[in-house]
Amino acid sequence: MEALVTILIGTLTACGVYLALRGRTFPVVLGLTFLSYAVNLFLLVMGRLTVGKPPIIVDGITEYADPLPQALVLTAIVISFAMTAFVIVLSLKAHLEMGNDHVDGKHKP
Amino acid sequence: MISHIVILPVIWPLLLGALLLLLQKQSLQVLRIVSISSVSVLVLLAGWLLSIVNSGEILVYVLGNWAPPFGIVLVADRLAAWMLIITALVSWCALVYAVRGTDTVGPHFHVLFQLQLFGLNGAFLTGDLFNLFVFFEILLLASYGLLLHGGGRLRTMAGLHFVIINLVGSTLFLFAVGTLYGLLGTLNMADLAVKVANTPVEDIALIRTAGLLLFAVFALKTALLPLYLWLPAAYAHTSAPVAALFAIMTKVGAYCILRVYTLIFGEQAGPIADLIEPWLLPLALATLIAGVLGVLASTYLRQQVAYLVVASVGMLLIAFGINTSAGIAAGLYYLPHSTFAAAAFFLLADSIVNRRGEMSDRFEPGLIMVHQRIVGTLFFIVAILIAGLPPLSGFVGKFLILQAALSHAALSWIMTIVLITSLFTIIALARSGSLLFYRAQAPEATHTTADDHIQPIITSHGISGLAIPVCLLALCVALMVWAGAITEFAQATANQLLQPDDYIQSVLGTGK
Repeated sequence: MEALVTILIGTLTACGVYLALRGRTFPVVLGLTFLSYAVNLFLLVMGRLTVGKPPIIVDGITEYADPLPQALVLTAIVISFAMTAFVIVLSLKAHLEMGNDHVDGKHKP
Repeated sequence: MISHIVILPVIWPLLLGALLLLLQKQSLQVLRIVSISSVSVLVLLAGWLLSIVNSGEILVYVLGNWAPPFGIVLVADRLAAWMLIITALVSWCALVYAVRGTDTVGPHFHVLFQLQLFGLNGAFLTGDLFNLFVFFEILLLASYGLLLHGGGRLRTMAGLHFVIINLVGSTLFLFAVGTLYGLLGTLNMADLAVKVANTPVEDIALIRTAGLLLFAVFALKTALLPLYLWLPAAYAHTSAPVAALFAIMTKVGAYCILRVYTLIFGEQAGPIADLIEPWLLPLALATLIAGVLGVLASTYLRQQVAYLVVASVGMLLIAFGINTSAGIAAGLYYLPHSTFAAAAFFLLADSIVNRRGEMSDRFEPGLIMVHQRIVGTLFFIVAILIAGLPPLSGFVGKFLILQAALSHAALSWIMTIVLITSLFTIIALARSGSLLFYRAQAPEATHTTADDHIQPIITSHGISGLAIPVCLLALCVALMVWAGAITEFAQATANQLLQPDDYIQSVLGTGK
């Protein structure tokens, strides 16, 4: 399972970096979204992958899942969601004001 | 009450921001009074906190009473209080300037301003790495709103770049924080410092990676070469009070570099000690050169001031990069000076823009402006201040930094680059001054029509607009007059930073 998740995070990051380096705002926003997905998964995995273990104290159980990364991920998701919404609105504003969707506001043939 | 002083500078602007949101329907006058009194209270709070921690005491506020390292802590030491008072003073000046008209061109200016202070104060006080990320996001989200306040094509474009690069920076921050948590199992900075010092051999490479990734993030916020390219456009195109407030924003990154790399990756970090030492000084020197080249090449005044901010970041990080207590102390003296001077210059540039009509602040001879002599004199004083000529605080700051560099191995590099870039700064500022003031022509009959093309921001030509730059200059003069006391304080702060055991004891000792 570790290998699968690692490959997933790597692929998402690579896609995110590639798209974030594109010249138009829509791919850039998509790229930022991919990057935030990748980092959310990464944070979750940092608590180590466990299956079927409780995150809070239960009588008679010695092995637990780490609950903190889940809290961290929740915070990160909320923040990245708000930021994505903001950057989409800003891209639309830039598109309306510049008349095109290039990140530098230039017309490209 | 006294034990809650640490959290007051954080929640006060948050509560006032929420209150201002509720008061939106009230007249602008009410909002302005609430906003300015809120920041005035912050100045007093920061001063009070400074007077408490000046004894060397480190105040720890344990949120929700979760014993460290499990809960989030706020920590007020000398450095945090020093940053708080600088932030409060510069934001008070920016806000008083803003109520002259900037806050009328769009909604929610005062709310965003308070939230920006909430984020800044939180970032300076927090003792938890993930919490630092959260406060970064708060201050950035507020800064996006402030940067775009008022609108306009160029502002939107610069804003888009600023937002995107900071989002990428936030992602990198999370990767670094995640790696540190995954390996060390803690996010409390004091606890991290203890754990990093005892890193198992197999984890050293990963911890180093995470530490350097964090450095890249902080370098981005500080605008260190090669990550400074977002700054000039963003600062030059935003409104003047916001640019003045943003003079403190680059210092947040510098603060984080100083905090994280003295506390967590400092001398006592065992195998990972002095992690960024090989990087910081060369990059800072290169930033100084790049900034001054930008100053020389600028075609209008606000762009020039933005590049002066880049150069001052270089200068500040040279001081921190010397990595001795004298160097850090010199940097801590230079930090408020460069913040106040840059803020004063942005506000003065705005006055010049308003007085030159459609010529704006381009470096072309125009008509003689209203109050030419007073504005010219102020320009001259600010230029002396920022170029580091005697007798003002810029000179004292640069002198202290060069004095601290005397014992450093790279002395010849530091001396050469600092002195040559200072010379070029003086040349560039002399050229701008002579183009803006000496070569101005007497007004002709067209004067009245030129007045009609003034920028849409409603700012009067009144002399009162110059009061705030003068106020900031007075702060710099105060820095110079009380240089002895302030350098003593800076020295004590540097010593406290280089002996992080006190900090670690204070944080981890509470609740046990």
